[in-house]
Amino acid sequence: MIRFLEFAGRPLVFFVEECGRIMLLLLSTISWMFRPPFRIRVIFKQMEFVGVNSVIVVMITGAFTGMVLALQTYHGFRMFGGESLVGSTVALSMTRELGPVFTALMVTGRVGSAMAAELGTMKVTEQIDALNTMSVNPIQYLVMPRIIAAILMLPVLTIISDFVGIVGGYFVGVNLLKINSGIFIAKIIDIVDLEDIFNGLIKAAFFGLILSLIGCYKGISTIGGAEGVGRATTQSVVLSSVLIFISDYFLTAVMF
Amino acid sequence: MIEIIKISKSFNSQKVLDDLDLNIDPGKITVIIGQSGGGKSVLLKHIIGLIRPDSGQIIIDGIDITNLNDKKLNEVRKKFGMLFQDAALFDSMTVGENVAFPLNEHKRLSRKEINKIVDDKLNLVGLENVTHKMPSELSGGMRKRAGLARAIALDPKIVLFDEPTTGLDPIMRESIDKLIVATQERTKATFVVISHDIESTFTIAHKVAMLYQGKIVAVGTPDEIRSSNNSFVRRFIKDLRD
Repeated sequence: MIRFLEFAGRPLVFFVEECGRIMLLLLSTISWMFRPPFRIRVIFKQMEFVGVNSVIVVMITGAFTGMVLALQTYHGFRMFGGESLVGSTVALSMTRELGPVFTALMVTGRVGSAMAAELGTMKVTEQIDALNTMSVNPIQYLVMPRIIAAILMLPVLTIISDFVGIVGGYFVGVNLLKINSGIFIAKIIDIVDLEDIFNGLIKAAFFGLILSLIGCYKGISTIGGAEGVGRATTQSVVLSSVLIFISDYFLTAVMF
Repeated sequence: MIEIIKISKSFNSQKVLDDLDLNIDPGKITVIIGQSGGGKSVLLKHIIGLIRPDSGQIIIDGIDITNLNDKKLNEVRKKFGMLFQDAALFDSMTVGENVAFPLNEHKRLSRKEINKIVDDKLNLVGLENVTHKMPSELSGGMRKRAGLARAIALDPKIVLFDEPTTGLDPIMRESIDKLIVATQERTKATFVVISHDIESTFTIAHKVAMLYQGKIVAVGTPDEIRSSNNSFVRRFIKDLRD
């Protein structure tokens, strides 16, 4: 019986331990944020990597999300003569949900995985030990700038995604489906509040924290050479994506 | 002066270091030899505080580092330089940036002064025209030289070497051995080298310590070790040669 309980409880123990280690990394990162030296250049470099280099992929995803949303809602709304609501539906969906979530998922795939792979490689090739031997704290030098960059840049990318998505929806709605341009825009202004956009950006910042924290945690806890780096990368993408969806539900429930 | 006093360390109930004692003389090259997987790297990482022992003390210049907090430990670590087995150069930086890294972190120097020190250190280890190359463009031997240049960038009092000749061909091995001896003569720093290469050990060491089953089983000059009649030492040397 005890053996069975040990066997059955092992995943639970692992889960609790893993959560504890991730929280400890977060606390440690927060404490290192307020201690000198402040390496602004390293943070800007990460902001470029997380933000600037993700703009194209986020724009493409955002544009096609807005376009397909306009197409789908148009066919549904036409059944009861509600075509005029296509613009506001696209804008509301983009700002509240699809903008932040799809941006976070794309950045997880592009940046979260790269963080896990880069830090994982540094771990298995002793580069993180080398930092320690040179009296440089790896959490302050490697983890903290990545987390700050992701928290700051995700909202920026989400604004771009929201905007491009609405423009994509406008293009499909007005140019292809012949919805009146004035009505399309007026309904957006009528229905979408600034709060919708703002809450979406808070979500995005939170998703930025999740994907960077998980990416860094999986990276610095990598063991086992190239195979370990591959495993850490996959795990970081899967875990971050799942946590983004779960936290999205709870954030939505609290905020809207 | 480095004093290691009765340190023990276990991983998952396997005892790697067992009440180990060792004194390392300042300004000399001490080589710790032992079989692969025998705990040499673990011992070296204890000396620089990367691993904390389960029990025992490690005294660096009169300071016990085993219970220091991160801030104080970092101060002690500024006395050290370390060359890792595969050099552990930062992939994302050029060779020059790697050597400049500890200088940028800990010294308030102008870019010109840093560039001069980088050039001096790279020249000291026999590397030229590699400042702007990435570590991936270098051969194994060149990476170790660049790693040594980074390790001595801050003119540390103690330099640690983790298997410096592993994975090198015999010519490159001899060249790295000569480099270690020449660098020590010029810097007068304390060098601690771990190795399983008995030929290299006898070439470079002022003092040899033999690690076996978690303990230092013999200490002496290379001549003392080589001419020892102790059957255990002879068998140990024979095992390492084989």
